Amino acid sequence: MVLKISLICISIAMLALIYRVIKGPTIPDKVIALDAIGINLVALIALISMLLKTSAFLEVILLVGILAFIGTVAFAKFLEKGEIIERDRNH
Amino acid sequence: MTEIINVFAGIFIAIGALLSLVTALGILRLPDVYTRNHAASKGSTLGVMSVLLGAFLYFYTLDGDYNSRLILAIVFIFITSPVAGHLISRAAYNTGIPMWEKSVLDELKDKEKHEKDGLKREKQ
Repeated sequence: MVLKISLICISIAMLALIYRVIKGPTIPDKVIALDAIGINLVALIALISMLLKTSAFLEVILLVGILAFIGTVAFAKFLEKGEIIERDRNH
Repeated sequence: MTEIINVFAGIFIAIGALLSLVTALGILRLPDVYTRNHAASKGSTLGVMSVLLGAFLYFYTLDGDYNSRLILAIVFIFITSPVAGHLISRAAYNTGIPMWEKSVLDELKDKEKHEKDGLKREKQ
């Protein structure tokens, strides 16, 4: 019962974040909402894995967390410097 | 004993889901990028950590073993989520996204690096 109510809460939260991703006035708004969607997806996977009574999805939690972090760092660097991987080391 | 642990797991999961809902409310309602980032990084970190702690307790009572992947996920999210929030907020400031007009304090304004960046951007 608690699990289903929590699933509904997190689904509503993700819908609100998707609204912010589409609508968001500036690019950092969209990136912040996308990062929060990744974090909420971790919680969603944990809840589904508890509803199905299996611990097979727990690797997915780590993978999604790492991917969300790397994506946000890459977006931040791209917004600030215009490129993600810098080739020259002279500055 | 297992029932007590299950009750605690349920409480943790409910708190985490409510915190996620509050985070989404903050992202919808707050006025500018920096306040929204404040809501997103802190609120959702605590929410998902609480949900994962509840999942850890649940799987402990279900299987009887400690699930090290969940502990690793909790520690990883606790370290990286505020760092990501800080990075994107600083990128937003350096690219010149304006603050809310009722903001009262801008501590990065006097930093030398930012002035230099601003001059460079004005020349371009």
